[in-house]
Amino acid sequence: MHREVLFEIVRTAVAILISLFVVFLIVFLVSSQPTEALSKFLIGPLSKVRYFSNVLELSIPLIFNGLAISIMFQAKQFNIGAEGAFFMGAVAATVVGITMNLPRIIHLPFAIIAGSFIGGILLFIPAILKSKWNASELVSSLMLNYILYYFGIFIINYYLRDVNAGYMVSYPLNSSVLLPKLMVGTRLHYGIFIAIAMIIIMYYFLYRTKWGYAIRMTGLNEKFAEYVGINVKKVILYAQIIGGIIAGMGGAVELLGMYTRFEWQKLPGYGWDGIIVAILARNNPLLVPVAAFFLSYIRIGADLMARMTDVPSEVVSVIQALVIMLIAAESFMAKWRHTMVVKRAKEEFYVNNGGSLQ
Amino acid sequence: MKILEIIFSTSFGYAILRVTTPILFAALGAVISDKAGVINIALEGIMLMAALWGVIISAFTHSAWWGLVAAIVSGVLMSFILAYFSLNLKTDVILAGIALNLFSSGGTIFILYLVAHDKGISSSLKSEVLPQMTLPLVNKIPVIGPIFSGHNILTYIALLAVILVYVLLYRTPLGLRIRAVGENPDAADSVGIGVNKIRYIALLLSGILASFGGAYLSMGYVSWFSTNMTAGRGFIALAAEAMGKGTPLGTFFASLLFGFAGALANNLQSLRIPSEFIQMIPYIVTIIGLVIYSSSQVSRIKKVKEQ
Amino acid sequence: MKEILKMQNITKVYPNGIVANKRVNFSVNEGEIHALVGENGAGKTTLMKILFGLEQPEEGAIYLNGKKVSINSPFIAIKNGIGMVHQHFMLVPSLTVAENIVLGIEPRKRGFIDFKKAVEITEELAQKYNLKVDAKAVVRDLPVGMKQKVEILKALLRGAKILILDEPTAVLTPQETEELFEELLRLKEKGHTIIFISHKLREVKQISDRVTIMRHGKNVGVFKTSEVTEQDISKLMVGRDVVLKIEKTQHKPGEVVLEVKNLTWINEWGKPTLKNVSFSVRSGEILGVAGVEGNGQRELVEIITGLRKFDKGDLLLDGKIINNLSIKERRELGISYIPEDRMVYGVAAEASIAENLIADRFEKREFNHGILTNIRKIASFSKYLIEEFKIQCSSFNQKVKMLSGGNIQKVVVAREFSSGPKLLIADQPTRGIDVGATELIHKKIIELRDRGTAVLLISADLNEIMELSDTLIVMFGGEIVAYFDDLSKVTEEELGTYMLGLKKQSYEEIRRVLYA
Ligand SMILES: Nc1ncnc2c1ncn2[C@@H]1O[C@H](COP(=O)(O)OP(=O)(O)O)[C@@H](O)[C@H]1O
Ligand SMILES: [Mg+2]
Repeated sequence: MHREVLFEIVRTAVAILISLFVVFLIVFLVSSQPTEALSKFLIGPLSKVRYFSNVLELSIPLIFNGLAISIMFQAKQFNIGAEGAFFMGAVAATVVGITMNLPRIIHLPFAIIAGSFIGGILLFIPAILKSKWNASELVSSLMLNYILYYFGIFIINYYLRDVNAGYMVSYPLNSSVLLPKLMVGTRLHYGIFIAIAMIIIMYYFLYRTKWGYAIRMTGLNEKFAEYVGINVKKVILYAQIIGGIIAGMGGAVELLGMYTRFEWQKLPGYGWDGIIVAILARNNPLLVPVAAFFLSYIRIGADLMARMTDVPSEVVSVIQALVIMLIAAESFMAKWRHTMVVKRAKEEFYVNNGGSLQ
Repeated sequence: MKILEIIFSTSFGYAILRVTTPILFAALGAVISDKAGVINIALEGIMLMAALWGVIISAFTHSAWWGLVAAIVSGVLMSFILAYFSLNLKTDVILAGIALNLFSSGGTIFILYLVAHDKGISSSLKSEVLPQMTLPLVNKIPVIGPIFSGHNILTYIALLAVILVYVLLYRTPLGLRIRAVGENPDAADSVGIGVNKIRYIALLLSGILASFGGAYLSMGYVSWFSTNMTAGRGFIALAAEAMGKGTPLGTFFASLLFGFAGALANNLQSLRIPSEFIQMIPYIVTIIGLVIYSSSQVSRIKKVKEQ
Repeated sequence: MKEILKMQNITKVYPNGIVANKRVNFSVNEGEIHALVGENGAGKTTLMKILFGLEQPEEGAIYLNGKKVSINSPFIAIKNGIGMVHQHFMLVPSLTVAENIVLGIEPRKRGFIDFKKAVEITEELAQKYNLKVDAKAVVRDLPVGMKQKVEILKALLRGAKILILDEPTAVLTPQETEELFEELLRLKEKGHTIIFISHKLREVKQISDRVTIMRHGKNVGVFKTSEVTEQDISKLMVGRDVVLKIEKTQHKPGEVVLEVKNLTWINEWGKPTLKNVSFSVRSGEILGVAGVEGNGQRELVEIITGLRKFDKGDLLLDGKIINNLSIKERRELGISYIPEDRMVYGVAAEASIAENLIADRFEKREFNHGILTNIRKIASFSKYLIEEFKIQCSSFNQKVKMLSGGNIQKVVVAREFSSGPKLLIADQPTRGIDVGATELIHKKIIELRDRGTAVLLISADLNEIMELSDTLIVMFGGEIVAYFDDLSKVTEEELGTYMLGLKKQSYEEIRRVLYA
């Protein structure tokens, strides 16, 4: 047990180091001020409270999406619709935030619930297509993201657009719906507590309830799950609906915490980031915040680097891709692990057989 | 009715082929990799990368052909990375594909910024486009001429590729091995066929086809590169391949369907429907197509059983 | 006699830590039929996979004709004149016989495959070795015995001088086995060397020149076959005297528990794989189902357990129709099932032993505390079953994939037996596991029967079926072709004639199995 955990930690660390190394190489190749760039990238986020707060702020949507993707991946559902659900969760919160006038104590929860609800309903679509007609949830959720994007933009554009603003944004949200800030001078907001609560709830849900058990068994071996009497179709449905709820909630929280109007012109991409987080976290809710923090840190570092030097921030896409591929690589460092196994098997053998293999 | 007028015009027929071309290339790529038993989710990213390199190199060499070569080289490299990770390091091929797509969507911006000092569009680069071809004789035929003649050369290559892929898969030793590896890798292994080698070849071929599609986007369909210009075509191609039941001909017809939906979306912009809804059309059609295909699979099995 | 092959000091450790081969030495002479015997899990297949380049050993060397070779892929093995017919056939179902046979060495005409030539090659080869196959038939449609011939031809076409056959007779009827043996003897005459894996000692005595015996991953003896008896071999195989006889009392059948009526099933290619099957199983009785694999047994089992939907016929449990009940509902009514393929259906290998043990009852009140699962209860329950079924493991939190085959099967059996089933369906319950685990499982099955469970036993192992069953039906071509209520009156040969479809009982004789 411990060996396995240790092995995974070392593997993750090596994967991250290799990715960082590749990025260093790239920076040295393209930049005229490489050391400057790298120091901004690596320790920039620690240099000011505001920067570090940026890291925490960005972690919040990453946690929500990481949790959403984790639960769907645990059921082996490659639903990538978290992206669209997140976006529409924010749109729903915008609608509630602008069109209603309620006391904060009702308005804010209602907006978040609306976002969650919409998210759940939307990811029900690829889920039902899969369980009813066996249509690949991967392809349908990918397409759904585009559809939801245009649909969300349509709602903002046709019903909620503030024509007095210079570019396409919604009217300002009622202040009763905004999530309060945690610290003055930063954008860090109370949403982080909602995120933490969701982490704990999801952990218990997955590992300590019968529904979570059914999700995990379905993901580990669908035929087995079916054979022991688990209603696999139902599991496939609710795993994705829950994923949608969390993603939609994330969208609402992000909008209400970070913005005062809806201003996204394109999909924010957090759904995809959720995949990176989930893979880093091995789909375990307790590790999701760690992974989200890591990803957020290198993102903010890269932004700072881009702002102050000549290296564009998109260089992180190299780290992200490499980290995903290396960590998901079964054979990556498998030789090392196999040597460990062989050594142990032999040791046991010698002990049991008085020092000889024969 | 205005819609019918649009649909039954020859220019609409022309537009269908134009829109179908990139999807068809990628979908044929999907056919080959799928037959070998590996799902190539990275088609989207490969197309995007190829589109960018086509523009960059054609601008530097003043030759669209060198641009095309560069696009293909980039596609080969990307598929090589995909193959290396999924086949040698045993990364789940879907996750590896997703990773490559993420890499492409950020990486193209990174490169574009370094080369063109812009994060959105390549307009500062004087890139070239591949030539259009007027088909002699064909262009004289009414209706057929305006639809089929005057396309970008890559459109004709795409149509030709349908036949080439068919011949490759069903008439050559490599094709037989690809199919064997996809259906029962252990069987192939047991007769000394290197399963990984065949899958490498299949992924590289698939990447080459997708990069033709990418090159077409930035050096034919339009004459520039813009970020995320593939707009999901690589994924639509996967759906087309599924609907086409993995056969080259079936995939061709499925791609035409998506071409139709795309052309419709482009042409309806002039109607008084919110443009957002029109832009959804290809994606909605993809989902509907996918569902019809998948449910027909399910009921086919049922039906045979009921006899 | 010239030594053609020598494997020296071969050690193999699988990634899950199981040491399948421990410094094994193995040597074969040119032109002999060499039997490799050992009980399930002894490491025979592993050793042969290493020889064929499918697995790499941690230690050891291989010599062919005295020359050291390193075989790191089947390609190299084939080049060195080694051919292997695997336990599970390695054929591409959608391709024709000829395409399967020439795969990898396709005849060409201007770069394209010459399909005509491929058929010619196949027919010529079949002629030469007197192995009759239809070159143009699609492999998917072939019976098992035919597929095996295709496999042998595949190896011969690639110039195999040393031919490995991994348990070739496991899927054959006694008659087909005889045919295979004649073919093997002809190959031997033509100068081929054959390594023949089996644990059926009578066959080993009949066909082989020499025999190597393996136990727990080690070579425990090499003999001239003529100089040892079956008893000698079996003693070495299991390390003690085997009690082949299963001790059990006379059965006392009670009421009918399961009744199957006129069940018909058509497969996806439109072929009927079950035709009007009717039978019943009574409480306190073990009804055996004999038959060559692929004669409808799998479909039958999957329909009864609910894994497969069907539309013609009826299933009754305790007289009530259960046709449309879900798997869960059937389980709640008392149906238990040991699946044929434990890794596919029986366990989630990546989950812990405890999680696998509670899989059919995790929703029950006793395993839950309000909305949370009751960890303590799950732990005590798991510990109890681990003890009761002697599952060797480090703790109930260990992942199932770390266990050996026999212990994995014990996890399945522990779960399925402990729910107190009314009806137990045991599909190949002891396939591929060691004698210790086999004995335990047989004992538990009889215990269940004595407590009144109705048992439907499906097994390809004739010995197991004859020993364990109280009554027996034989399936051929999707039909029940024979019913025996007194097993002491049938021989294996007689069963064989029914299994091959050479004989069929009258309608009235078969109807007796309905007890109505
Ligand atoms: N791929 C594998 N991974 C892990 N363990 C294996 C694998 N194949 C076989 N084993 C284990 O190795 C041992 C020997 O298996 P095998 O060589 O198949 O025996 P045999 O052919 O004599 O029945 C068994 O305990 C089996 O469970
Ligand atoms: Mg074996």
